[in-house]
Amino acid sequence: VSTVTKVDPAGPAGSTHPLSERRPLGDRTFQAIALASGLLVLVILILIAISTSQQASSWFSTEGLKIFSRTWNPTANQFGALAFIYGTAITSAIALVIAVPISVGVALLLTEVVARRWASPIVYAIDLLAVVPSVVWGLWGILVFAPWVQHIYTSIGSGVNGVPVLGSLFGPPSSGASFFTAGIILAFMITPIVTSLSREVIATVPVIDKEGAYALGATRLEMIRGAVWPHSQGGIVGAVLLGLGRAMGETIAAALVIGSAATITPHLFAPGYNMPSVIANEFGEATGEFRAGLMGLGVLLFIFTIIINVIARGIVERSARRHRGA
Amino acid sequence: MAVATEQPRPDLREPAGWRRTKNRIATALMVLAFVLVIIPLGFVLFTVISKGASVISGSFLTSAIAVNVAPANVGGIGPAIAGTIEITALATVMAVPLGVLGAVYLNEYGGNRPLARLIGFMSDVMTGVPSIVMGLFIFSIWVLHFGYSGLAGAFALGCLMLPIVIRSTYEMLRLVPNALREASYALGATKARVTVTVVLPTAIGGIVSGALLAVARAAGETAPLLFTILTVTTVNRNVFSGPNTSLPSQIFSNAISPYVGAQARGWGAALTLIAIAFILMIVARFVTARFTKSLR
Repeated sequence: VSTVTKVDPAGPAGSTHPLSERRPLGDRTFQAIALASGLLVLVILILIAISTSQQASSWFSTEGLKIFSRTWNPTANQFGALAFIYGTAITSAIALVIAVPISVGVALLLTEVVARRWASPIVYAIDLLAVVPSVVWGLWGILVFAPWVQHIYTSIGSGVNGVPVLGSLFGPPSSGASFFTAGIILAFMITPIVTSLSREVIATVPVIDKEGAYALGATRLEMIRGAVWPHSQGGIVGAVLLGLGRAMGETIAAALVIGSAATITPHLFAPGYNMPSVIANEFGEATGEFRAGLMGLGVLLFIFTIIINVIARGIVERSARRHRGA
Repeated sequence: MAVATEQPRPDLREPAGWRRTKNRIATALMVLAFVLVIIPLGFVLFTVISKGASVISGSFLTSAIAVNVAPANVGGIGPAIAGTIEITALATVMAVPLGVLGAVYLNEYGGNRPLARLIGFMSDVMTGVPSIVMGLFIFSIWVLHFGYSGLAGAFALGCLMLPIVIRSTYEMLRLVPNALREASYALGATKARVTVTVVLPTAIGGIVSGALLAVARAAGETAPLLFTILTVTTVNRNVFSGPNTSLPSQIFSNAISPYVGAQARGWGAALTLIAIAFILMIVARFVTARFTKSLR
């Protein structure tokens, strides 16, 4: 409609200027709305940074560098975040150690081993895993998995008690709700994303490279090592980092199974805490400096995950571009 | 001929010995990896179905939420189902149009411009922002000023859905053949008209299924709702004011309760939530299947 009514009066009579630079108002309005929606992403990210740091400002200003101290004691007004940062690092590390080999294995199985008609039920199962909500993992984790796994922890603990390194990692005290349980549950939760991203990366390996390897008499394993791996290494690192970002920020499942004890201990089977869980469990009742501290943990978590995601996306994008160009 | 017969025949048998064994071990490990994925999945689904199915009944799905000490057969999750539907629907109404428009900007207008590339990149990064941070964000800018409400929860869920919708829509728009756009331009249509009447309808199936997956993800989120909607025990029909509740919030509060009745109701709610998420996923797959068939 606007194309007809918006005739440029300076132009030749009767012409609607199909090739003119000046586009109709409706068209430009639509472009502006689309641009505004795109910009919304940047606006939200900036607003998250500003609003949460503002709420946390008193924590940052009164504690200064003590925000990284070891003591978190709300009743004594001491808010050091180290125990939670430590817990986040430990649980994410456990999650990655478990999830990465599984995810890469399943991704290779899907791309290099099984026939297409077998691939789709496997993808379906992975998708189902992704659809199980965090809180359901948590419910199952605390009511079913933790009590069951506690026996295993106890027997492992008594087995390695006194052994130098193993004893301090896996020895007693052990509890069903612990760093390790949280790590296992997080591993289940990040497996789908690491699998699907690795699979996308592996799928970009040129068929000619793979067939070249087979033609030289390579077994499948040798083909994967020689043709698939060098090609997809970078992209898989990106996928793993994205999984790490997820594991760090995953909240509710960890909040239910981690044991809720702000301690820094090498005992992986002992109750612990991490950044998102302490926010989830305690923000509701927190006021004043306590609330500012928890908000500050949120700010730190935001910064950590943004950094990891920017690096990961950069790696994934660069490896995708390189392969498209090649 | 004589020369050819004298040549040693190439060994075309399977690789022998250690190489073959290693290859077999590697394949077995890959299958094992898949088995390790299936075990927890099967374990969770089995537990949720077996414990949840005995609790679910018509009155469970509609009754008000009982106190935690009540036995399993008292009360239900009606307010939580109502809240989840209200809040997720509101979040969808906000996030899906904006996400589709954002993707339209990225694919139809932005091209390779630095701003478009920045928005596309940051939108992917935004999918990695922890959901609890979204909750804290909405708490800071909305709840502190206007109080707890379903709307605040919808804002938080909308922020989570937005980048997912942008990404999935963008991928779909890229699949729309350029010939369709050029044919419309040749008829004198403006870019906006081409986008609205040709590009988006062509990609609608993929856009819908991407949106459904985003809804499924949002409906299962607890963390962004903890400090935005709280929990209530009766249905709050007004999504714009007053505390509300949702299935995930209810499961969370039941999971930390020591009472057997509350835990049983938690399993019932978990089965309901998983059923909703699975239905959304299956519908999304169905839509995708039909859509890809029609494109071919």
